[in-house]
Amino acid sequence: MKILLSNASSSPIYEQILRQIRAQILSGDLKEGEALPSIRRLAQTLQISVITTKRAYDELEHEGFIDTVGGKGTFVASPNAEFLREKRVRAVEVKLAAALEEARASGVQLNEVRRMFELLVEADHD
Amino acid sequence: MTEPLLSVRGLTKRYPGFALERASFDLPAGLLMGLIGPNGAGKTTLLKALLGLVRVDAGTLLFQGRDLALEGPALRQRIAYVPDEPKFAPGARLATLKAVYAPFFPTWNEATWRGLMADFGLDPRARAKTLSLGQRTRFALTLAMSRDAELLVLDEPTTGLDPAFRRELLARLAATLDERRAILFSTHITSDLEARADLVTLLRDGEIVFSRSQDDLRESWGVVKGGLDLLEREGREAFRGLRVHAHGFEGLTDDAEGARRRFEGRALVERASLEDILVLLGRRKAHAA
Repeated sequence: MKILLSNASSSPIYEQILRQIRAQILSGDLKEGEALPSIRRLAQTLQISVITTKRAYDELEHEGFIDTVGGKGTFVASPNAEFLREKRVRAVEVKLAAALEEARASGVQLNEVRRMFELLVEADHD
Repeated sequence: MTEPLLSVRGLTKRYPGFALERASFDLPAGLLMGLIGPNGAGKTTLLKALLGLVRVDAGTLLFQGRDLALEGPALRQRIAYVPDEPKFAPGARLATLKAVYAPFFPTWNEATWRGLMADFGLDPRARAKTLSLGQRTRFALTLAMSRDAELLVLDEPTTGLDPAFRRELLARLAATLDERRAILFSTHITSDLEARADLVTLLRDGEIVFSRSQDDLRESWGVVKGGLDLLEREGREAFRGLRVHAHGFEGLTDDAEGARRRFEGRALVERASLEDILVLLGRRKAHAA
């Protein structure tokens, strides 16, 4: 697990932790069932308050990304329906972004891209 | 974290010319609390009251829910203290000082002490009079940290220590915390506490300004930076503290979100560091004089 905290960032530290862990779970860098460091351990490593760390973990648990098993620790949760959907939506977003990037690089106008996309959608419906 | 490890209620101690008035705060187990404030704000008085070193005029001190005024001697076995300028019998060797101190504490851990002595670069055969202030503080820390105490009270422990050792000490202290222990740490070096302390209690002129988590502080307190025309329109009362210079002003607010909405496009609103808060709040009495 990789976490980089910025003091200069305007987003709160708990949110930086939350976002980075979430991104690593969504990308598959952190796998289902994988153990996360304890709240105290992570706070110690990052040299921050346990309150901050706990807030990030609480939020991740609330969103269903991690599970805390009393006495055992914290683990990446098994994906639920909503989670899987978010993951697929993200995959689509990534592909669309790549297409946009390609268009921009080769000087294809945005309007043209939009028309192409609509045509594709229509063709798919037929 | 249900019942606080330490609960201070309405603590009052009056001296001629200075009074600590109705101080109240809670320190839950598992957390590190920084006690900050300008010199003379009452930090040491508060810590000494906690340790039974001064008689309080009013208020209650509860340790694990039990009254320190009634069961002080038994409860204070579990509280370790490092004073701001530790003093030891000058001619005595450190090993001798330890041998006199340790038997008072059934929970004394000799191996921990030896480890700390080595880590802090102290020689047990050295005599106390050869130690610098920083070294005396380190030695006092080895004694306090080898007792398995549940509450560690440190009065300005980082004064006289270099930045690298200060940082190491903070990391070490945080590493000793678990769900039944807490640390109360007074300092005027606010950078020691940034991020690391879980809770911060600010004392000024003998009164507690706040006792909150660092997360809360970071979200609520801000510094507004703007031109003098803006200050004239808003009035000085709009801010908790103020610094005015030839080209503008810096105003302290405890509602950064509100300030952002109110001054949008007219002033900068930045997050306030502990140092910003401390400096801009200033010393009220000094200002009035």
